[in-house]
Parts: sequence; C-alpha cells; structure tokens
Amino acid sequence: MSVPASSNRPSAALRFALYALMLLLAAMFVFPFLFMITASLRTNDAIFAHAGSIQAFLPTGPLTTANYSYVFGGGNVLHFFLNSVLITALTVGMGLVVNSLAAFSLARLEWRGRETVAALLVILLVIPFEAISVPLMLLVAHLPGIGLVAGKLVLTRSWLNTLYVQILPFVANAFSIYLFFQFFRGIPKDFDEAAYIDGATPLQVYVHVIVPSSKPVFATVSILQGLAMWNQYLWPVITVPGESARPLMVGMQQFFGHTTEWGNVMAYATIITIPVLIAFVVFQRWFVRSVIGSGVKG
Amino acid sequence: MSTGVTSRRNGRVALILGAPALGGLLLFLALPFVMAFALTFTDQRLVSGDHTRFIGWRNYERLLGISYIAQKPVEDPVDSESSSPTFVRVRDVTRADPDYRGYRPFTQVRSGAYRITILARDPDFLHSLINTFEFAFLVVPLQCAVALGSALLVNAGLRAQTFFRAVYFSPVVMSMVVVSIVWTFLFHRDLGSINRLLAFLTFGAAGHIDWIGDRATAMPAIAVMSAWQGAGFQMLIFLAGLQGISQELYDAARIDGATAWQRFRHVTLPGLRQTIAFVLVVTTIAALGLFTQVDVMTQGGPQNATSTVMFHAIQRGVREENIAYGSTVAVVYFALITSLILLQQALQRRWSK
Repeated sequence: MSVPASSNRPSAALRFALYALMLLLAAMFVFPFLFMITASLRTNDAIFAHAGSIQAFLPTGPLTTANYSYVFGGGNVLHFFLNSVLITALTVGMGLVVNSLAAFSLARLEWRGRETVAALLVILLVIPFEAISVPLMLLVAHLPGIGLVAGKLVLTRSWLNTLYVQILPFVANAFSIYLFFQFFRGIPKDFDEAAYIDGATPLQVYVHVIVPSSKPVFATVSILQGLAMWNQYLWPVITVPGESARPLMVGMQQFFGHTTEWGNVMAYATIITIPVLIAFVVFQRWFVRSVIGSGVKG
Repeated sequence: MSTGVTSRRNGRVALILGAPALGGLLLFLALPFVMAFALTFTDQRLVSGDHTRFIGWRNYERLLGISYIAQKPVEDPVDSESSSPTFVRVRDVTRADPDYRGYRPFTQVRSGAYRITILARDPDFLHSLINTFEFAFLVVPLQCAVALGSALLVNAGLRAQTFFRAVYFSPVVMSMVVVSIVWTFLFHRDLGSINRLLAFLTFGAAGHIDWIGDRATAMPAIAVMSAWQGAGFQMLIFLAGLQGISQELYDAARIDGATAWQRFRHVTLPGLRQTIAFVLVVTTIAALGLFTQVDVMTQGGPQNATSTVMFHAIQRGVREENIAYGSTVAVVYFALITSLILLQQALQRRWSK
C-alpha cells in the first residue's frame, strides 16, 4: 500500500481533463452573455447573418451603437432605469435601518414576549411571496395614497401604479431580520454591557457598538435585498400596469413584446445587466459570502 | 448581566425600535397571508360594485372538481372489425346530464372496450399542476447535478478556481427576464445557436426543433435555461459543504488505497448529505414557484404546455381580476410547499437517528 509522493495533487492527465471540463463549463455559462453583448452591437441583419457560427458570440465585423441610441432615444428606458434605481436604493437603504433595528431589539434588548416574536418571525420566513401576491394586490389596490396628477400632489384611493407600492411592502423583510438577528447574537455581550454602565442608551449602543462590528451582515443583506429588488418582476407586472412608475424589468418585457428588432432587445438587456455585473465584479467576494451565509444558516 | 433599570428602559425602547419592521411584516406579509385563506371562501373580485359574498367551498370545488365518464363503443354492425370503435361525443353526454354542468374534458384513457374521459371543473389548473411538477422533476436533478459538478471542479485544487467560481456564479446575478429573452433567441428554430450546434454535431440530422413553440420541448427548454441561471447559487452552497468535510478523511481513504471514485462515493457524498438535502428542498421550492420565464417566453403556451400553478394564479387572480379564485390557487400552492417542507423534516429526523 504505497502512497504516491504527489498524492494531494491530481495526476497530470487528470488535471488536463479537469481543466478542459472547467473551460467547457465556463463557455456554457459565458456564451449567452457574450451573445447578448455582441448582438446588442449589431444590426438585425448582421445578427441573423452570424447566428449560425461562433461569430454570434464574438463582436467582430462592423459594429454599431445604433441599438443603444434607439433604446435610449425612443423608449422611456432612462425613466424606467431611474425608477429601478430609486426602488432598489430606497428599499435597501430603509431595509438596512428598519430590519437591523428590529433584530437589535430582538437579539440584544430584554423585553417581555420577545421569544414569542422571534418564533413568529421564523414562521413568517416560510411564507413564499408568490402565495400572498394576489391578496396583497387586493390590499394595496384599496390603500389610500399620494399620487401626482397633472403636477399636483393629490390623495388617491389606491397604491397601484406608484413607486412606493414597489418599495414599502419590501422594506421590512423577515429573512433580513433573521440574518441580522443571527449575527447580532454572536457579538460578545460585554461590549454593550460596558456601554450601558457608562450610561449609553440602547440607540447609542446600536449606533456605536453593534453597527460598527456588523459590517459583513450589512453587506450580505444589501446584496441579497438589492439583487432581489433590481430583478423583481412578478410584483411590478401586476401592480404597475401604467408607464410612469414602471421599472426596467417590466419595461423590457413590454418592449420585447412589441418588437422584432433583436439588436434593440439585446441592447435593452445589456443596459439592465451591466450595473449588476459591475457590482458583481467589484464585490465578488461579498456576493460569495452572502450566498454561503444565507444558504448555510437558512 | 443587565440591571433592573436598563431592563425596564429597554422594554420601552425595544418596542419603538422593532415597531417599523414588525409593523411592515404584519401589514404586508401576515395580513395578506390571512386574507388569502379568508378570500377563498368569498367571491371577491378586484373591482366590483357588488358586495363580497361568502360562498363556502365553491372556489375549492371549482378548482379541484374532478369527474369521469366511462363509455362503451356505439354498436356498429357494418364494419366493427376494420374501423376503430366510435363513441358518443363527450360534449353530448355532459350537455344531457346536469350533474356534469361546468365540467370540461381533461384527458381520455382507454381501458378494454371502455373509453374513460376524465373531466374537471378547471382542467387548465390540472394541466398547470402537472406542468409544474414536470418542471420541478426536470430542473431539480439537472440543476443540482450541474451545481455539484461545478462545485467539485472549483474545489479540485486547480489554478484559477476563484475565477471559474465567479464565472459559474455570474448568471445568478442576471435577471430572469433578461435570461428568458436572451435564451428565446438561442432557442429560435431557424436562427438559434442551440439548433445550429445540434445540426453541426449531428451532421444536420437534428437541429430543426422549435424548442419553445413545441408542446413536447417547451418545458424541458425552460428547465435547461432555469438550471443554467440558478446552478451557481447552489454551487456555492455545495462548496461550503465540501469545505466542511475533514481533509483527514480523504487522507485516510488515500492511505487505504481508495480510488478517486471511491473517495467521492464514500467520503464526499456522505459528508454532503445534509447539504444535498437542503439544496434539493430549496431548489424544489423555487421550481414550484415558476412564473417569470413562462410569463416572458410562452404565456403558458403552446396549448397550455407551460402554464404553471403560479402562472394560473396570476392569470385568474389578477388578469381576470378574480381575486378570490386566484387566492384559492395560491393557498393550494402554499399547501404544496408546506407539505414538502414537513416531508423533508420528517425524512431528516429519520436520517439523523
């Protein structure tokens, strides 16, 4: 029973096979991206002409930015883009404050009934959004709100076709509270005890003790909630039939339904994807940690 | 240890700090959840001049109502040997019998001389239910296999594995709407790269498939695309599981002369048991909620082949404005998922004994 000297590393032949496999898999994951970007830079005719070869994925030959000019010029892409940015940023921003405060209250303060509330929270975790979307729509369709009619703020009888119908229902998030709660519980108790003895209020402890030592969980929650909001489709498609509050995803689906110009469609798709892709490349490490954190703990 | 003073003060503050989030969850999650159940017993519509009425189990009866007709062939003395047996048309039977009012044919089966027609009050829902399970049955093994395979690859101790890990994960950050539209082109019958590649590999024998326009291939095509988009997420969870397996076990197996396959079979797989169970359940739950891909790519077609439970719920509940009926579909969907989670927990309890 002899052990080869290089037992911890695969043999050269195996390594070669593994690299080949890894590259093949990478190609499968990357080609649709490349196709999208390449097609967005070509005319419809050029896309069809190159569709059958590897050139479909490689930006060769005459390229054009006409698709981008068309999408930005003709449609309301910029408007929809702004809507999506606002929706995502406000939901994530308010969500970080509201959910972490609730988790702080549950994990670090002592009050009657907090065990019950924490247990109820875990039950809420298993309710899929899909299962409540229809009654929630009925609810928001009959909530009083504020709307903009002819440049004036007026009271409305429904939340449909607004930006806040896409924001407010998602600020409080049971899963985010749960992630914060798990993290906060792991911070040594002496930290806040010391602050309390020095006369700090709970809010001061939250701001000066808990938040500074919880950066990873804030990043995790931002990424998970931000990605979910940016890519949200089901909810806006049912609550925002009009144009003024429409987010990018619904805008794209509508656009796709009304055109046969694939170049334009791919330009639209690229515009949606690029911001997330940049965020992904920059915060790659955090994306990975957030998924593993949410997956293993969840 | 907190003193009595801080504890009492905390009590007041705690409520204020927790109120916004807990209030939001109550209003936008707990309340609609309770509403979903309550609405199923009413005839609530989205906009209606009439008052909402209590109608008991009628929504459930309409959703789940199933019946059947068993028919003998009509005697045909002229050429009963040569031609296939003829039957009275189902429509004529259901019209004549008031018991069958509201039923539509769902499917037909032959049993001996009999022809049995299964009827349903809402055959579209039954199709959607079957389609949803078909999708889960296709996508879960595929996605988990790709995820486990890629996790093993980027964990094999090769160079550049962080780079490849990022590449495999990248589709996860891509929106499903974008993925659906890009793949609609890749699946295109004449222009799509998938058919072109098939034609190239089979020297032109295959490669004329209308992937999302054909009843037989539409759901498998959506499953392949969904696995492509989601596998990276599961890969990371498998990766975390793999790194949790002690290196000593592998070293011991090597000393005993175990081959790579034996090490995988007897060290890796048992070490991943919990992770595999978790990933399977998460993927199945996500698969049962299939909506976006269908809404963007096929609108449930061709001929109902890709309609799903969630698509049916939105179609009836929102687009036809029958909130009560849409809620009933959603409640059935929730029951489905809950039973799945309970089943998984029961299995896990048995395994860990």
